[in-house]
Amino acid sequence: MPDLKATQVELYQGLLAGSTTGYPSLDFDLKGLLGKFGRFMPPGFYYKTFMEPVKAWPIYEKYIRKAAGYGRAPTEADPESYDHLHHHIDVLVVGGGAAGLWAATLAGRAGLKTLLVDEQAEMGGWLLTERRSRIDGLSGMDWVNQRLAELASLPNVTVLPRTTAFALHDLNLVQAVELLQDHLPLTERNAALPRQRLHKIRAHQVILASGAIERPLVFGYNDVPGVMTAAAGHSYLNRYGVAVGREVLVQTQNDAAYEAALDLALSGVKVTLADARQGGAAAWRQQALKNAGAELLLGHGIAKVLGDKSVSGAQLVKLDGRSNQVVGSGPRLSVDTVLSSGGLTSTVHLFCHNGGRPVWNQQQLSFVCPDEGRENIACVGAITGRWELSDALSQTHAAVAALLLGHGRGSTGKAPAVASEEVAAPRAIFRLPDGKPEGHGAKAFVDYQNDVAAADIHTAVRENYRSIEHVKRYTALGFGTDQGKLSNINGFAIAAEALGKPIAEVGTTTYRPSYTPVTFGALAGPHVGETFDPRRYTAMQASHDARKAEYEVVGQWMRPWYFPKPGEDLHAAVNRECLATRNSVGVMDASTLGKIDVKGPDAREFLNRIYSNAWSKLDPGKCRYGLMLDENGMVMDDGVTACLADDHFHMTTTTGGAARVYSWLERWHQTEWPELKVRFTTTTDHWATVAVVGPNSRKVLQKLCTDIDFDKDAFKFMDGRSGTVAGLPARVFRISFSGELAYEINVDANYGRYMWEEVMKAGAEFDITPYGTETMHVLRAEKGFIIVGQDTDGSMSPNDLAMSWAVGMKKPFSFLGKRSLLRSHTAGEGRKQLVGLLPLDPKVVLAEGAQILSNTDDTVPAAMQGHVTSSYHSAFLGRSIAMAVLKDGSKREGDTVFVWAHGKSVPAQVVSSVFVDKEGVRQHA
Amino acid sequence: MLVITCPYCQEAREEEEFSYAGEAYIARPAVPEEVDDATWGDYVFHRKNPRGWHWEQWQHVAGCRKVFAVKRHTVSYEIAGSWTLADGKALYLEEQA
Ligand SMILES: [Zn+2]
Repeated sequence: MPDLKATQVELYQGLLAGSTTGYPSLDFDLKGLLGKFGRFMPPGFYYKTFMEPVKAWPIYEKYIRKAAGYGRAPTEADPESYDHLHHHIDVLVVGGGAAGLWAATLAGRAGLKTLLVDEQAEMGGWLLTERRSRIDGLSGMDWVNQRLAELASLPNVTVLPRTTAFALHDLNLVQAVELLQDHLPLTERNAALPRQRLHKIRAHQVILASGAIERPLVFGYNDVPGVMTAAAGHSYLNRYGVAVGREVLVQTQNDAAYEAALDLALSGVKVTLADARQGGAAAWRQQALKNAGAELLLGHGIAKVLGDKSVSGAQLVKLDGRSNQVVGSGPRLSVDTVLSSGGLTSTVHLFCHNGGRPVWNQQQLSFVCPDEGRENIACVGAITGRWELSDALSQTHAAVAALLLGHGRGSTGKAPAVASEEVAAPRAIFRLPDGKPEGHGAKAFVDYQNDVAAADIHTAVRENYRSIEHVKRYTALGFGTDQGKLSNINGFAIAAEALGKPIAEVGTTTYRPSYTPVTFGALAGPHVGETFDPRRYTAMQASHDARKAEYEVVGQWMRPWYFPKPGEDLHAAVNRECLATRNSVGVMDASTLGKIDVKGPDAREFLNRIYSNAWSKLDPGKCRYGLMLDENGMVMDDGVTACLADDHFHMTTTTGGAARVYSWLERWHQTEWPELKVRFTTTTDHWATVAVVGPNSRKVLQKLCTDIDFDKDAFKFMDGRSGTVAGLPARVFRISFSGELAYEINVDANYGRYMWEEVMKAGAEFDITPYGTETMHVLRAEKGFIIVGQDTDGSMSPNDLAMSWAVGMKKPFSFLGKRSLLRSHTAGEGRKQLVGLLPLDPKVVLAEGAQILSNTDDTVPAAMQGHVTSSYHSAFLGRSIAMAVLKDGSKREGDTVFVWAHGKSVPAQVVSSVFVDKEGVRQHA
Repeated sequence: MLVITCPYCQEAREEEEFSYAGEAYIARPAVPEEVDDATWGDYVFHRKNPRGWHWEQWQHVAGCRKVFAVKRHTVSYEIAGSWTLADGKALYLEEQA
């Protein structure tokens, strides 16, 4: 797992951890070196230095990324499993601190289906660290445990720890990821269970109680190991029993950090507290700190931290009371740890993900969520800028009570009682001054993760970046996995000062999902591999496996591609399959063709409207090839449709187009012609289809079926018959996608494999040869038959394909696409049209997709005439053939064109696209 | 992700069950051959794409497969209602009048 934040990872036995930053090594940090010579690497450095030459950028990027300390993405497939859980609930509470617990309690008591999520392993939020508050006469954690016990007793309430709500979308869709096993020792993990679970929560009401995060102050060399936030030092002490140092300097501009200093002092740590305010905290706090033996320095700030690989001390300066100026030098302290607190920043991210804007609160010095929240989103506690527990709980109570009243749920009783305490206002200071112009003193970091210093923000403003969004992108402030949780407000404030604007006017950058990084595995959940993109197998799959077929995926179907004999490659196998089929008999699994049953008194009229050709005179027992156009007049699908009865048709579509055609039919029927009495049923999976192809196919069919007359005049080309084949009821169509005498046998899909094997047995005496899609492609190309989507691309009209014979311009109803065929451009000159190409060198197989030029002049830009759409070696003709679309191609037969690919131009002659049996003798045999 | 009510199934369901089927109530010229290229081009290609209320078609593809009309706001994503194509058309025409 790359790029995790170490302090947010739960420890377990056997955890292996390593640093991702500091290339080439921590002791020789290339960027640390650059930092020392900071002026050589200003913001925009990458843009300015590495932009030219463009071709070298990938090389620069490789080293920059390495140096920047981005983790390496794993290259192996993720062996873990993940799942998704959907919730449809009344109330979602985000955050399990005091405010969230109380909100969930009230919603739960009111009988609402309630879900409470918190990212930490334990509920309680700041109460896990802060141990002095009493709520309803209980200690903070006793009150938390009372809440959890009550919530556990309510069947309508679910509490999920280790669950981070990371995105809020429209209509209160919240996504949250739950870490199920990441905290367990490897030996205790169950590989059969998911590692993480993605919760997709649809809540009528979202209550955001996501609290606030302490931000550090910005001062010189604040990146030396041993500098951390006051809240971090406080949590290490009270939650984990770790004193972060023996001699600790706490630097603050607010009252809350006194609490950390006090607890450290009471634990025996030598504490000095420097307060940027001249008056310091409320008198009772100052007294308590002094009583605990700590030293207090009012009106002081850190100019710079001393020490290289770890903190050895700090140089303080005296601060002016009003402006952020240095008025005198201060003491040089010998300490091993520096804690700083620049105040709290409300965690407003989710509120802003779908358009909410935070507002600047000048008293609390934070962007906060408005008290009134938004429609169906309530904001409670520190997210609204209420730092004091008493304020937070009474506001939570009032907001949730109002919300419940709106839901028609009655009284909610009293808010929890917390004594309110006197608080002195924080000082609006973010960057502690050191008496030097910005950029000349010790480097002071704003964004630790992206190495953005205060001087960089000044540089960006000096270079005329005015919008905070631009400053962000120029400096990388607030990028990365931290997304500016610690750095944003400091950065905005420093930009505001440089711009000479109030912070409220500078505003914030845009908050986008995700709040924290979420692994792709969780987002994908079970939708991976075949559950994401299912594979479909025909009923003959086992037979194909037994004959060692190679497969290709066609619109999710696994289709046999070719059937190699030992030692054969693709070309050898295809040559053999083609010749066997043209000279005796071949067999192909055609089950994947889309099949739609069209039935009803108006079925015929419907087909007239949906196909370009006419269907009025197709008798039962007859088949017809149909072209389907979109309203733009371009070919979108094709296939043979058989008339089973006057009101009943068996339509086939391309393999890949089956689903699209099915909803195309439904939509036209429902939206435009609901008066037509016709119904559609998709029957692709119902039928197994065996195509028996070649001059000996009739003999094979005659061996298998006695109740159909296969005489060439009784059962003609494009006829369909029902009968019994190999003892099974079957529909047999005499249709051909190869130009050979051919039959397609359709039986109940459950008998597909049986039918295949029966055909193989019956054909054995003719050396019947199974073939796959590659041979099918060659055979159809030899006849110039198109494949929609290969020889067409959505811009080919029937005319362009020389298929005007399949367009019934005289039909009474103006079928789909007809009017578009008459437009000046569609009917005009200069369109690309389907042609055949014969390379002058018959051994050269043209590259599919290659551009066609009129001459050998390849000066750029060359006048492109078209491109090759299909190209093969034809074993039957003993040479290469190709199909192409060529400008005005229908008039260019006999011309020589030049096909350009792989740096070479190959001459080819334009010919008719029918290469074999132009008269159609074979298919009518 | 929207929550859409199918007027046939009479159920509010997640958008994943549906598929968007374009603007609703586009009139196909009754006799296409009688309109000029520009009029036909408008019908084939031009869509309203409004900033505001939009009448559109959705198909309940993972349900009853019916196509129906939805009136949706393209900025707020609010859905004013969903109707069978026939019922919606009366309201739509009333609004256009
Ligand atoms: Zn439905």
